[in-house]
Amino acid sequence: MLSPEKTREVQSWGRYPKVKHARVTPIYWRSEIPDLASSEQPVLPHAYGRSYGDSCLNENGVALDVSHLNRFISFDEQTGLLCCEAGVSLADILEVMVPRGWFLPVTPGTKFVSVGGAIANDIHGKNHHAAGTFGCHVTRLRLLRSDGQRPICSPDENPELFQATIGGLGLTGLILWAEFRLKRIVNPYIDADHIRFTSLDEFFEISAESDKNFEYTVSWVDLLVGGEALCRGIFTRGNHNQSPELARKRLPKRLPLAVPFNLPQFVLNTLTVKGFNELYYHKQLPRRVHRIESYDPFFYPLDSIHDWYRMYGKRGFLQYQFVVPFEGGREAMREIIGRIRQSGAGSFLTVLKEFGTIKSPGMLSFPRPGLTLALDFAYAGEKTLRLLDELDAIVRQYNGSVYPAKDARMSAESFQQFYPRWREFARYIDPHFSSSFWRRVSTTQ
Amino acid sequence: MRILILGASSLLAHEAAKHFAKDGAELVLVARSPQKLAAVQGDLCVRGAKAIEAIEADLADVTRHQELIEAALKPFSGLDAVLVAYGTLGDQQRSERDVQVALQEFNNNCTSVISLLTLLANYFEQQGRGCIAIISSVAGERGRQSNYIYGAAKGALTIFSQGLRNRLAKKGVAVVTIKPGMVDTPMTAHMRKGRLFADPKVVGRGIYRAIVKRKDVVYLPAYWRYIMWIIKSIPESRFKNMNIGG
Repeated sequence: MLSPEKTREVQSWGRYPKVKHARVTPIYWRSEIPDLASSEQPVLPHAYGRSYGDSCLNENGVALDVSHLNRFISFDEQTGLLCCEAGVSLADILEVMVPRGWFLPVTPGTKFVSVGGAIANDIHGKNHHAAGTFGCHVTRLRLLRSDGQRPICSPDENPELFQATIGGLGLTGLILWAEFRLKRIVNPYIDADHIRFTSLDEFFEISAESDKNFEYTVSWVDLLVGGEALCRGIFTRGNHNQSPELARKRLPKRLPLAVPFNLPQFVLNTLTVKGFNELYYHKQLPRRVHRIESYDPFFYPLDSIHDWYRMYGKRGFLQYQFVVPFEGGREAMREIIGRIRQSGAGSFLTVLKEFGTIKSPGMLSFPRPGLTLALDFAYAGEKTLRLLDELDAIVRQYNGSVYPAKDARMSAESFQQFYPRWREFARYIDPHFSSSFWRRVSTTQ
Repeated sequence: MRILILGASSLLAHEAAKHFAKDGAELVLVARSPQKLAAVQGDLCVRGAKAIEAIEADLADVTRHQELIEAALKPFSGLDAVLVAYGTLGDQQRSERDVQVALQEFNNNCTSVISLLTLLANYFEQQGRGCIAIISSVAGERGRQSNYIYGAAKGALTIFSQGLRNRLAKKGVAVVTIKPGMVDTPMTAHMRKGRLFADPKVVGRGIYRAIVKRKDVVYLPAYWRYIMWIIKSIPESRFKNMNIGG
């Protein structure tokens, strides 16, 4: 088939905001990187553009396309330590390593992110309560700074630069390669439970008993249901299957769907979201279903729908993910869910999870112990922006935080309150690196 | 499978080599830059190559070809296949103004390849089996103003491989002529990418399959066969006034 138009336009996943870059510079070899200091405009690394908002964008600046720095460097079968260039995608790693009995220590909801992006956003996954963030598993990385220095950063070498780079949104320099530990698996299958719940309180109950015994937990929720229950949903929990026989079983091929063009605006609105929620909530007849699933649909349900952002049409969409501490968590959720219902905005894919207590080394790391909810909203102009500002206010009130990897609009005041270490972090930013996100959130009165 | 890759730093060669590595092949990689060679070697090693021998060489230097082939045959006591994947797109404007540049271009893409293929053909012929794969190009199907030095070299290469195929078919040696269309690689980094630029992963997989299945002539992606059929059917009196592919 004809390949899709290869424009040199660099975009984020939500297609909002749409910005123009001065130029896109592809980098093919670690040994052939242009002098970053000689660029008039600031630079920012960009790989697969899976961040939703503007943390991966650099308006009027230079986008360093590092997706071609995608080579493996070494792998140690004894320790599980994998070293690879930062443009390697998690999908590449899974393709090569799963058949050999190794899995990612932490994985987000899509496998099409780069290792550099995984570090820069300090991504988390369904196993945060058991394993922490991706940054917790990085042993070393090499950074390229615009002054030509290529420091190796680890908990022991250049530790502050290491801590700044984890969750550092690509601003401390270009990550050339990273080393991190994979974990051993017996086979590519997951023992999964899917349990329907009818209220937030029921979610808490199931969570309490599940987080102890299950490595992976996450819930899809419907916030439009109304009433004291606050939400209903399906709780998913899973562990790696341990049967050696299944190691030899062939993985079923997933037929990829693709959204071929932007859908018109009326397709995804509150009514259709309500309709979808109703269907999805009832998709399993019994309240509790147990299945052995292959890892791909368990971890990456959306990856099989290519370009799913097109369902939101040309206007794009905004993702919003926040965390609120357990203390006051229920009240925070009640206020937030109430505000969302009031606005009439429907979120198509709403995900709820409890974060655990494992601390990340990253200065700007998002996860902290508490409840996290991820929502998406079709971009409907001022209305949507105002709603999110109001949600920010509630999150601030409850001492929570909002995730930069998904953000396209949080104010500088909010960001600086959510991330008290931001000034300390700013000391490690490379003078020639910048992003649209950073320029927005680092302004002070 | 023991395979020699001439031009291992080529993106297409690397993509094809990934599949051989996954099969556990033994690879001899030849390229000019030691850093690029090391980067490709490291990747293919992790991807499952049974063993890799890396040889630094400037393939345009015809005087060193004999010793290069001998060095390539040593590590795994022979070879089952070779992939010729090196070349330069060149600067057409400069080639038009400077004879040396034009001849150098032709040497990079054709003359030097003929030298290597002559040596390799004799090896495979006396062995009585194997596969020689050559990356030519659709540009070799018809000369056009924007790249005819490159096109001429590839055209000559295509005919040379065709003759080689004819000579070696009875000897149990396959000769595969691979004709990629426009592909999104460093070679075309300076060009504006339109709809017709193919994904190098797809082309790399096609090269791997063409070698494993011992094909004759392969267009990658396949639809280029039809595009070129149309292009070639335009009468010369018309074509000479056109400006295809800028």
